[in-house]
Amino acid sequence: MTSAATKPAVTPVQAKRSSPPPRRRKGNRAHLLAVWVFLLPAAVLALYFKFIPMVEGIRLSLFKVQPFLGDVFVGFDNYVSVLTDARFMDALGHTVILGVTQTMGALVVGFVLALLLEGQAKSLWFLRTAIFLPVVTALAVVGEIWRILYFPTADGPLNTILSWVGLGPLQFLNGTDTALWSIAVVGIWSGAPYNMVIILAGLAGIDRALYESAGVDGATVWQRLRYITLPALRPAIVIVLTLAAIRSLRSFTEVYVLTGGGPAGSTEVWMTRMYSLGFQRNDIGVASAAAVLLLVVTLLLTVGTQLVARRKAER
Amino acid sequence: MSHTTTRTSPRTKRPSSSSRFDSALGWSPGFGTNMVLRIVLCVLVFCIFALPFAAIISGAFDRNSSPTEITLLPKTFTLANFEAASQQGLWGYLLNSLVIAGGGLLLQMTVSVFAAYSLSRKKFRGQAILLLLVLLTMMLPEEVIAIPLSLVLGDLPLLGISLRGSVLAVILPVGIWGFSIFIMSEFMKEIPAEIEEAARLDGVGEFRMLFTIILPLCKPALGVIGIFGFMMVWDQYLLPLIAANDPSDYTLTVALSVLRNDTTVGPGVLLAGAVMAMIPSLLVYLFLQRSMIRGITAGATKG
Repeated sequence: MTSAATKPAVTPVQAKRSSPPPRRRKGNRAHLLAVWVFLLPAAVLALYFKFIPMVEGIRLSLFKVQPFLGDVFVGFDNYVSVLTDARFMDALGHTVILGVTQTMGALVVGFVLALLLEGQAKSLWFLRTAIFLPVVTALAVVGEIWRILYFPTADGPLNTILSWVGLGPLQFLNGTDTALWSIAVVGIWSGAPYNMVIILAGLAGIDRALYESAGVDGATVWQRLRYITLPALRPAIVIVLTLAAIRSLRSFTEVYVLTGGGPAGSTEVWMTRMYSLGFQRNDIGVASAAAVLLLVVTLLLTVGTQLVARRKAER
Repeated sequence: MSHTTTRTSPRTKRPSSSSRFDSALGWSPGFGTNMVLRIVLCVLVFCIFALPFAAIISGAFDRNSSPTEITLLPKTFTLANFEAASQQGLWGYLLNSLVIAGGGLLLQMTVSVFAAYSLSRKKFRGQAILLLLVLLTMMLPEEVIAIPLSLVLGDLPLLGISLRGSVLAVILPVGIWGFSIFIMSEFMKEIPAEIEEAARLDGVGEFRMLFTIILPLCKPALGVIGIFGFMMVWDQYLLPLIAANDPSDYTLTVALSVLRNDTTVGPGVLLAGAVMAMIPSLLVYLFLQRSMIRGITAGATKG
């Protein structure tokens, strides 16, 4: 960062005595000053709240952190603890299951919503606005809404609806085999309308003449979807999928609000395990190691998908 | 509620005969089984995605001792839940939330506009590296640095002050958001250099240049970073949780779990809190809906 500031500043000093540069010199210095004045707030905030914590997190992950006794360097011991901890491995499994079901579910539902609600009519616009509500509502509020819908007695709101179609009362968030799936449903509910908007934008970009000529050729609706709509949407879908999959690795709020990782650890994900280790049991070293692992995986996946996407774009 | 659904169900009457090709599924304009099916599906979808909100609002204005008693319309209208919630500190939580959302969003937008102006309208050495750093903060999941961030907030390096328990502990960290800087500078890049050069010949300084020449041309981008920034700040959960000294510092969204755990008053108090937490996001969404859609689709194509 400093090299950017010093290098151009040298040139005006050397050119001090010649007559034409002064105006340029003044302009140059003012220009650089402006650059840094405008960048300063962002630089200070990023330094304090992004980069220092990141470096500090990496440092802590290599230490056994003891508040009053002083930190002891332990090398990669904390990483070994994370990777051999059965509860972290369970949490990894839950994170992946939750990520895959939520991502795929939200994509499929979003696609169906987009197909259903595509059109110019005012009523469709109203419907799309209403359906988008789950996305704009804060995740914590969504969680509280669903805790009430999922009320596990036979006369709970969702169980009542299930009983109309003859399905028996479910435990939802209270059952060890249903809790994870119940969280996934909440994720799909609040994520699908977002995907709908992206897919609708993709649908709007499809040339209507293609549909028309397919109609002339006697293609069925299914064939039209399969051979015109889906291929046209592929770029949008790939982006939705990768972004959502990567984001799902660090899902915290919905799990924390809905179950807090329970019952019996059946919904514990990477982030909730990290949170309880770091903030409730004060095992900061191990929790930091878990954070660094998550960071590395996230960065690798993000950079990897960006590279793949760029290579595809070049082709 | 059923009134609204039937009234707003799709009327696909369109004059052109080729309108059958207006949508991917080929919804036909005429009245027939096709249309009935579509109406039924639309009602179903509306029920799934919007009716829970109706139940929540109704429950907030009704006496319920248990979630099983919640109905779509209040049986008896009462404000008792809000009174009980205000005794539990609802307004204090709401005030925390509003101060943080207002201050955080203002700071975030200012910081983003300033940084974007420098990154997109200026040329200087190290620019590419800075842009890379911005992208890096975009990829850096905030949750991952939660633990060291809580330590930093408790004892700011060099300054040695603790922000914990103050609204600044949330406002300052949300002030820097790579997404917002990125969107803003991508947009500013598109403004032709001639406009800036003409103004510079008239002796316009940097701040006037930004505020009177560049910014008025960036209104669409300001809308996008405004609504996305608001949602980002309002949705913060882990940060206010770790930044608080005691529960009275919580934002409304975090405090919902406090309201929930109070068993003497039933779910009504929680629902009153949930409704209060929904209103600001609802208002912002209704006013900036267009920006929201624009932002989502721009994000999708840029990745």
